[in-house]
Amino acid sequence: MSQARTIRFSIFRFDPQDPNDKPKMVNYEVTEAPGMTVFIALNMLREQQDPSLQFDFVCRAGICGSCAMVINGKPTLACRTLTANYPKGDIILMPLPGFELIGDLSVNTGKFMRELAERLQLWLQPNNFESDIHRIETPMDPDEAAKLYELDRCVECGVCVSACATKQMRETFVGAVGMMKIARFELDSRDTRTADDFYHVIGNQDGVFGCVTLLGCQDACPKDLPHMQQIAYLRRKMAIASPNRIL
Amino acid sequence: MQIIYTDTLVVGAGLAGLRVAIASKERGLDTLVLSLIQAKRSHSAAAQGGMQASLGNTIKGMGDDEDVHFEDTVKGSDWGCDQAVARMFAHCAPKAVRELANWGVPWTRITKGERQVIVNAQKVTINEAEEAHGLINARDFGGTKKWRTCYTADGTGHSLLYAVDNKAISLGIPVHERMEALKIIHDGKRCQGVIARCLITGEVRAYIAKSTTIATGGYGRIYEVSTNAIICDGIGQALALETGVATLGNMEAVQFHPTAIVPVGILTTEGCRGDGGLLRDKDGYRFMPDYEPEKKELASRDVVSRRMTEHMRKGKGVDSPYGPHLWLDITLLGRKHIETNLREVKEICENFLGIDPTKDWIPVRPTQHYSMGGIRTTPTGESPQLSGLFSVGEAACWDMHGFNRLGGNSLAETVVGGMIIGKYVADFGEKNNLVIDTDLINRFGGELIDEINGLVDGEGTENTFELKLAMQKIMMDYVGIFRNGDELQQAVDELSQLLKRSRNIGLRCKKRHANPELVEALRLRRMLKVALTVACGANARTESRGAHSREDFPQRNDKDWLNRTLSTWPDADALAPVLSYEALDVMQMELPPGYRGYGVNNAIAHPDTEKRQQQIDAILANLGIDADRYAKQAAIMPFTLPDELMPLNQRLSDTLNCAVVSATMVGDK
Repeated sequence: MSQARTIRFSIFRFDPQDPNDKPKMVNYEVTEAPGMTVFIALNMLREQQDPSLQFDFVCRAGICGSCAMVINGKPTLACRTLTANYPKGDIILMPLPGFELIGDLSVNTGKFMRELAERLQLWLQPNNFESDIHRIETPMDPDEAAKLYELDRCVECGVCVSACATKQMRETFVGAVGMMKIARFELDSRDTRTADDFYHVIGNQDGVFGCVTLLGCQDACPKDLPHMQQIAYLRRKMAIASPNRIL
Repeated sequence: MQIIYTDTLVVGAGLAGLRVAIASKERGLDTLVLSLIQAKRSHSAAAQGGMQASLGNTIKGMGDDEDVHFEDTVKGSDWGCDQAVARMFAHCAPKAVRELANWGVPWTRITKGERQVIVNAQKVTINEAEEAHGLINARDFGGTKKWRTCYTADGTGHSLLYAVDNKAISLGIPVHERMEALKIIHDGKRCQGVIARCLITGEVRAYIAKSTTIATGGYGRIYEVSTNAIICDGIGQALALETGVATLGNMEAVQFHPTAIVPVGILTTEGCRGDGGLLRDKDGYRFMPDYEPEKKELASRDVVSRRMTEHMRKGKGVDSPYGPHLWLDITLLGRKHIETNLREVKEICENFLGIDPTKDWIPVRPTQHYSMGGIRTTPTGESPQLSGLFSVGEAACWDMHGFNRLGGNSLAETVVGGMIIGKYVADFGEKNNLVIDTDLINRFGGELIDEINGLVDGEGTENTFELKLAMQKIMMDYVGIFRNGDELQQAVDELSQLLKRSRNIGLRCKKRHANPELVEALRLRRMLKVALTVACGANARTESRGAHSREDFPQRNDKDWLNRTLSTWPDADALAPVLSYEALDVMQMELPPGYRGYGVNNAIAHPDTEKRQQQIDAILANLGIDADRYAKQAAIMPFTLPDELMPLNQRLSDTLNCAVVSATMVGDK
């Protein structure tokens, strides 16, 4: 094994609750260990150097989406980012833009996602109210189920929102996360809503017609979700559903 | 101190907590959930493999029913479970799966006709029935007689949690995020709510409720290497313990999962082995058939974990800088299968190991995974000591897992337990009034504020992070897969010393709001108490049962130890819990203790076992040969459930006699 190298971190620090605090970048150094991730490094920093450092991790395994942050300019999940990916050993960490800052690298994606879910009604609205849980379930096409799962894999990490130029300019834009979820329910044969219903929610500048197709969402999504395809699909659907029949 | 009032308070926003909250809200009760994080981040999301429910749709699940699921669960528990609870659970699991489909879970469905699967390293062709097309599929899991584990690829927990949280949002149930409950308000008889601290502002608040449900998950993070999320710290159990009256059950029952990746301890699902993956040693040799010729890789988790450890002790492990490991080989499943049904596993391998599991073997070793122990409850989910205090899911000792949990039964417990206990919580909310004792609220709130002041302003010298690591190492080294008296005594002694030292913690960060060091310090003191219940319970239990394996007492001793360990902490200043025991009554059991099917049958029999078996035989003889299985079951061990959950479960096998399955396909819109 080659000699361990030093990783130099430059980390955004700001406590918005402290009226005297100002945003700044602070430098730290850690000795790299084999298999070290940004999760491991940040915990070492907090335990050994600065116990006030704020950041969020939950599953530390790329499953929950809590640790999204901007690493050397790219929004991504910190838990599964290996320090070995950076040959020069310089890592700059910034909080995700587009969300309320809690402190340092911690942002309130929860508040954003809950408001989005309430605004877009991101839950199944089934037609099958008479479903009897004691009897055999209603069959579903196996391919449809597989397709639904593909779109259901979003972890609400917020990376797509941070990587979106429209969202940075338009506060009320629903972002790729909102559209992906709409697409998921649009596809679901159990959901009663039609393209007309969805038109009222995303057939505008805050939805599909606000997207300028820079596709930062698609490039940065840590779950490799097909945002480009879904946005294009929804845009076409909404154009057809629009009162003016654009298509 | 702000006081917030509600009817139903739920602490923890994972599947179990949310399911209880939904049941309460649907009955019109004012319901509020506290969570450390946003609900969809809960550890429930990490469950990959699936949930057990005896739907019996797939050809490999034909003949499955509640009886088989019940028997597997009781054997899996090594007869340590509450059999009435296991019955309630097995009966409601199919209902929960079907309900979740109605809430949007995209369960993997059956495609009619032939398909190839891997069984015991051989390619086998199975032929799914025409009538099963589009019904919910199931995969094989360890310790189950039938293919019973329903799934959505290997993201089952994720899709369940999202569907259930979406349901909770649709009902308008508020989740107060980044709130940490740190004390239960009680008068020794009745629970009145909790004192919680906001992790952003540092504000201390009282939440007063008719009922309080603890659904905070397990305590895996008292161990150094765990598959658990880093929030699974056992604070829920500690809250109950610190009341001094509520009991914890079977805290020493800690499960190790056979296949976590080395070194970071991230889980690869049991679905890998269920779908046909093999375990290999440093020579590439498949060793499990030598130890467990019948079940091989699909023996119970505790058994596989021990066999792997035994094999590594023989020098058959692969050397690595992190100690020895073994290989999990899923290459034989093929790229297509891995990229669809095991894609999370593939992602984990790529991101954390830099390997491609369609070509490379995965380095694995047994790692702390699940807490069978927890807050002791009655079958209705309530603490026997504190009225109005409920617990559900991994936080609880309800107790359907006994000393070993079967894969696929934990995800099932969250939603099934939540479904059942949620109704009892709602009943409680309808029958009881709020108890508001402002002196008591102020006393408990004051205690927490004093504790925080002591940490921030005090002159302590101990370092929180160092003490925490020391605790985690002790648990890993001395309270692991194989246990013995000397090491356990050492663990108890050293943990007691750490608890003492934790009273002298000093903080470097002096903020009262968002202060990660303060959060750790408040947790550590509580985690140490939980760790002590595990170590003391393990030290006292001089037998081997399920996941609790004593090298110095290898026999399962039903004669002396067919009981549940109860821990309390009546003296806040004490350095160890008080242990007591509640007996499991063989004369009430539907399935008296017997051979579990692994290794030598070395159990020391309970004197009532034979008597009970004769009694059961007589009951069955009296019923006559025409009695159906429901009548037999009811005669041997009746169980109760809320009325809405009592109807029988319909299965495909009930309808296959009919020429046509009545349900029609729902096509694309």
